[in-house]
Amino acid sequence: MFIILIAVSALGLLALIFGAVLGYASVRFKPEGNPIIEQIDAILPQTQCGQCGYPGCRPYAEAIANGDKINKCPPGGESTIQALADLLDVEPLPLDGDHGEEKPKMVALIREDECIGCTKCIQACPVDAILGAAKQMHTVIADECTGCDLCLDPCPVDCIDMVPVNTGLQDWHWQKPQDNLIATDAQPKQEASA
Amino acid sequence: MNAFSPAPNTQVWPLIGGVEPKENKQQSNGLSIGYLPLPPFLVLPVNQHIGVAAEPLVAVGDQVLKGQLIASSSGKISACLHAPTSGKVVAIEPRPVPHASGLDSLAIIIEPDQQDQWREQEPWPNWQQRSSEELLARLSESGIVGLGGAGFPTASKLSIDQQIHTLVVNGTECEPYITADDLIMRERAAQILAGVAIMAKLLQVKQVLIGIEDNKPEAIAAMRAALEHYQGPEAVIKTFPTKYPSGGEKQLIWILTGQEVPSGRLPADLGMVCVNVGTAAAVQQCIVDDHPLISRITTLTGQVLAQPRNYELLIGTPIVWLLAQLGVTQAERIIMGGPMMGEPLANPQSPVVKTCNCLLLPTQQELPLPPSASPCIRCGFCDDVCPASLLPQQLYYHARSRNLEGLAQQHLFDCIECGACAYVCPSSIPLVQYYRYGKGEIRQEQQQQAKSERAKVRFENRQARLAQESAEKEAKRKARAEAAAKAQAAKAAGDNSAIDQVIKAAQAKSAAAAATKAEGPDLEALKSAVEQAKNKLMMAEERLAKAEQEMPENAAAFRTARDKFAEKLAKAEANWQKAQQETKT
Repeated sequence: MFIILIAVSALGLLALIFGAVLGYASVRFKPEGNPIIEQIDAILPQTQCGQCGYPGCRPYAEAIANGDKINKCPPGGESTIQALADLLDVEPLPLDGDHGEEKPKMVALIREDECIGCTKCIQACPVDAILGAAKQMHTVIADECTGCDLCLDPCPVDCIDMVPVNTGLQDWHWQKPQDNLIATDAQPKQEASA
Repeated sequence: MNAFSPAPNTQVWPLIGGVEPKENKQQSNGLSIGYLPLPPFLVLPVNQHIGVAAEPLVAVGDQVLKGQLIASSSGKISACLHAPTSGKVVAIEPRPVPHASGLDSLAIIIEPDQQDQWREQEPWPNWQQRSSEELLARLSESGIVGLGGAGFPTASKLSIDQQIHTLVVNGTECEPYITADDLIMRERAAQILAGVAIMAKLLQVKQVLIGIEDNKPEAIAAMRAALEHYQGPEAVIKTFPTKYPSGGEKQLIWILTGQEVPSGRLPADLGMVCVNVGTAAAVQQCIVDDHPLISRITTLTGQVLAQPRNYELLIGTPIVWLLAQLGVTQAERIIMGGPMMGEPLANPQSPVVKTCNCLLLPTQQELPLPPSASPCIRCGFCDDVCPASLLPQQLYYHARSRNLEGLAQQHLFDCIECGACAYVCPSSIPLVQYYRYGKGEIRQEQQQQAKSERAKVRFENRQARLAQESAEKEAKRKARAEAAAKAQAAKAAGDNSAIDQVIKAAQAKSAAAAATKAEGPDLEALKSAVEQAKNKLMMAEERLAKAEQEMPENAAAFRTARDKFAEKLAKAEANWQKAQQETKT
């Protein structure tokens, strides 16, 4: 009986000590913010378009961390959903059509002779990619534009177009060769490099 | 070379991997370098090199002289562009360029005037007396890029900061069919070695290693003979067995020195720089003759051509015109480069560019199109031949499933795209295409990552700014409300201390104003007041005139306004004159 008491009290003492150490560590080494939010935010495309229903990518990342669906980001498309599914270990869902379709990368372009200089688009741009001042012509810094569409609605004269990103020689890269599962099904190829 | 010096070290190390395809060089290396007449027009794309495109300096309609700078390099890695002959700039517009994408790119189009008149030239036969800075300045204006195929601006390569001890000269030309370097070594060996001496001086190297494959005995003999008259740091010609791809930069360095360039590093990290023999000849022409890069030697070969041969072609020569000159009006397939690494030419309207070392026009029998790909059977042939010691099948699987992390893990970027793996693949899988695709995807992803990172920072900065602005507004509003409340309270309490304070402040202000007045009136301010009043009066008069025409019923109001402004102006002028007199007295 006495031995059991010793064992229980020894274990109890150890439990107290470790409890105290762990309790101290959880306060002392508490990570700032939720690290999963950072990881989710890094996967999101940072267009800050708000199509997900949240005011920017980070709020959506926070929402996902709190259990929101991962398929509300049209600019990211399937690849973002896949990456999020891998990160959070959940089933990848098809893109939710309510929030928009996956579109090719666009960039805003102001038809400058029609711009009246109202600065409304400047206020709407989430990444400060529009340059201009009151009663002066505005222009888009194409390199910084995320193609979020947010400047289109506020424009009173509808002088902003979304145009596909110009793929020059610098951006072009080789496409994946077509896979033919059965060689006899294949069409003769048009070009080849030995 | 001194007869008593020890025998030069000619040891070579065998190439890792590699294949031995049929050489097919004898078709085109029998004749000397040929020349063609001036084409009807020249198309000069502004981006013929790795790096930033050149900036056009001419306008449509300009007359240019042969060798005149028409587009200047912009940025650290970029190359200039010169007019290959004298003539008129007829257009600056996007044109088809020899690029696998088939996309157009900005080009300067010149119509030759058939005079072929040079710009003013300043040859430097005694270039040894020039300083390195002078030589480098001339080189960076010469538009010379690596003529072996990659097109890296040579001036950027030679102005490297690292300590370089060995200059490797690449006369390997391992790719089948191509004989441009072979011919240039046979015919212009002295020029090449002079160029080597110039580069050796610029880089301050201790030794020069010249590597030539043993299937070019005439070239080796010519280079050996020219070496007798060579002046510069110790130079050794090393010959080694013919095997593809010995001519890759890293492969050649291994063969000549037994040193491996580490993954993701450059030869410069080992203290070496590698240049092609054609580039060396171009450097000599540029420095000694003041002859910028306006032409290059290109092998025209393949059974479609009646007489394969090497030609010295002006940069910008349209390929269609070129082939018509050789009696070819229709070509099914044009490959730019050799059969191993070449790319199909998307548009024969493209011009010859600085990196165009070969145009291959094979017949169907000569170079049949590969059959469709079959599944990979894991035979491992590709592993054996990979000169970069990679695992081609693993790369293939990762590229096929777009596993970019896996590709990076398998060191995709060490792949030199030599095509040896695809050459031996019994399933004829277009492996290199998969690797190019993988590389492109990884680069694109990196760019996107960088861009979204930037967008995030900009978004966060904006949020912070907006928050700060609204906080400031809020603070101001609070301060105002507090002040109002205080005043109210003071009034209610009948305590006049707050009001006293205000009165005191007002008194102090008027005292300060008086003090400045005592120092003398501010002439500038008064003068600008007069100017302003004048402007206002003018505007008022304009408005009045307009009103009188358009709505006479309102004109009276505008008239009163005008009179008031006139009064103000008179007052301001009086003040100013008074002040002027005061200062005078």
